[in-house]
Amino acid sequence: MSTTTTRDVARPAPAKASKAGPRRGLRGTTLNFWLFTGPFLLGLVIFVYVPIGWSVWLSFFEARYTVTPSKFIGLDNYRQMLTNGAFVDALVTFTVFAAIIVPVTWALSLGLALMVHRLRFMKAFFRSVFFLPTACSFVAASLIWKMSIFSGVRFGLANTVLGWFGVENIAWLADPDPPWYWLVIVTVRLWLQAGFYMILFLAALQNIPPELYEAAAIDGAEPGWQTFRHITLPQLRATSTAVILLLLVAAYQAFDEFFNLLSKTTWGRPPLVELYYTALGENQDYGAGSAGAVVLTLLICVVTLLQGRLMGFGRGDESK
Amino acid sequence: MTTVIESDKAGAVPPKKRGREGRGVLGSTGLYLATGLCALLFLVPFYLIIRNALSTDAEITGEEWQFFPTHIRWGNITELFDDPTVPFARSLWNSAVVGVLHTAGTLLVCSLAGYGLARIPYKHADKIFYAVLVTLMVPAAVTFVPSFVLVSSLGWVDSYRGLIIPGLFSGFTCFLFRQYFLGFPKELEEAARMDGLGYWGAYWRIVVPNSLNFFAAMATITFISGWNAFLWPLVIGQGEDSWTVQVALSSYMTNQTVNFHLIFMATAISILPLVLVFLFLQRWLVQGVAQTGIKG
Repeated sequence: MSTTTTRDVARPAPAKASKAGPRRGLRGTTLNFWLFTGPFLLGLVIFVYVPIGWSVWLSFFEARYTVTPSKFIGLDNYRQMLTNGAFVDALVTFTVFAAIIVPVTWALSLGLALMVHRLRFMKAFFRSVFFLPTACSFVAASLIWKMSIFSGVRFGLANTVLGWFGVENIAWLADPDPPWYWLVIVTVRLWLQAGFYMILFLAALQNIPPELYEAAAIDGAEPGWQTFRHITLPQLRATSTAVILLLLVAAYQAFDEFFNLLSKTTWGRPPLVELYYTALGENQDYGAGSAGAVVLTLLICVVTLLQGRLMGFGRGDESK
Repeated sequence: MTTVIESDKAGAVPPKKRGREGRGVLGSTGLYLATGLCALLFLVPFYLIIRNALSTDAEITGEEWQFFPTHIRWGNITELFDDPTVPFARSLWNSAVVGVLHTAGTLLVCSLAGYGLARIPYKHADKIFYAVLVTLMVPAAVTFVPSFVLVSSLGWVDSYRGLIIPGLFSGFTCFLFRQYFLGFPKELEEAARMDGLGYWGAYWRIVVPNSLNFFAAMATITFISGWNAFLWPLVIGQGEDSWTVQVALSSYMTNQTVNFHLIFMATAISILPLVLVFLFLQRWLVQGVAQTGIKG
């Protein structure tokens, strides 16, 4: 829908401007354009483009405890980050995290949307309940998860419930082996973000024309799995693609819950936590931190583009 | 949707009607049971916050699990604000100031830019729009190292400026406004232009007053993300006086001396404003999220 509007708007506008012709009007239009977009673009350059450029520049220098580097060291920062086990481990941690959280959130939010969509009464109530955790911050949720639900001692909810079945206390976060911490980290994020993606799916479900289901019913398709597989799922394709993309980007930015749940441990660090300790920890190594940020940014761009290619991002839009 | 299918089914295949309806009742009971169970699970953490916030430490950490506190301790609220180890009141104030200014600033700057990109013809507008789009590829969280380097060289560490200004220029918010304005009925503005208003006048007198729903939705979303932000305030707020509420909360994770009931009271207070915003603005919020241009 958005693509068509872009065209509708973009085409007539220049034609009209050139037809009107007078130079003064055009210049006034240009001036207006900059009046509207100027402040934003200036800020974008200063606070987005300059930091990125500075980061790339800084990554080739030795810059410890200082942001004005003196010594050019070429690719040494990159070599250090990519051979230093911690940063590579962080990338592995992210990959594991994304491999779990993306499909699980996708399935849960779609499942919730399908349930809420089919409700006849109290639809708004249940929608609000599932959406409500979005109001919670990762920090607040981490506190509840760490100190009340997955506390390592008996007074935590999880261990209390397990205790009823005679299971010994589990040290959820204090021990990487077995890696129970993944359960804690995945559930906290699931609780916080599933409702948001559920709303996106709900919006998409409402946009599926009912005639499709009617046609399927006439063709003898059983309501349930068959219509879900052959109608609902394909119709949700564009939304699914967008949701997966958003989930991936959000997973890449994982920081809050890892930092708060596992701050003192050396395991289970995603890239941003590792970068935080590299650049702002004891070493204050801005050069290496910048190199890591550059690597991470490139990685995100590659993954995003690749995912877009694979899943045909935007293709759903054009077909409409 | 279900109603459509069922009625159609009933009409198309009359003999099976009764069986289908029977399954429908059973199915809808099952549906409500499943949805209710999920809803209960989603509400448990909220219940735990409230329960713990109004209990004593002994009740929270007791050997035997207690589902309800034996008596409700409202005194925990005053105890929290009197607690000297974490400047909680100050952090709430900081979050409120930062949240409001961040929201107002982002809306102003990004809506203007979105309007300019959507409506004002300029030959390089496409290129500029791509330059904005590119920044979406680089999530703000990844650039926290270079941004910190920049902000600290400006001398903005530990200040409201450092907390607010770098976050105002959100490529994503600008993008959403542009998409919204593209769909805004053009006729309204054209009438205004006929009456002699320039772009600026048309924007403030016609476009903004007719877009308050969208502005409200974006304001809500922006405020929530600002209030819940953690990484940037953690990086910038190095002294306790510039902590936001999230940074203050996080300090409880490492601070061993703070009591459980205070931690949970702080958590409850930190999410209360947003829960209220949610309950009152729920409809707008849902619309806003659903409208963000990623619907199928």
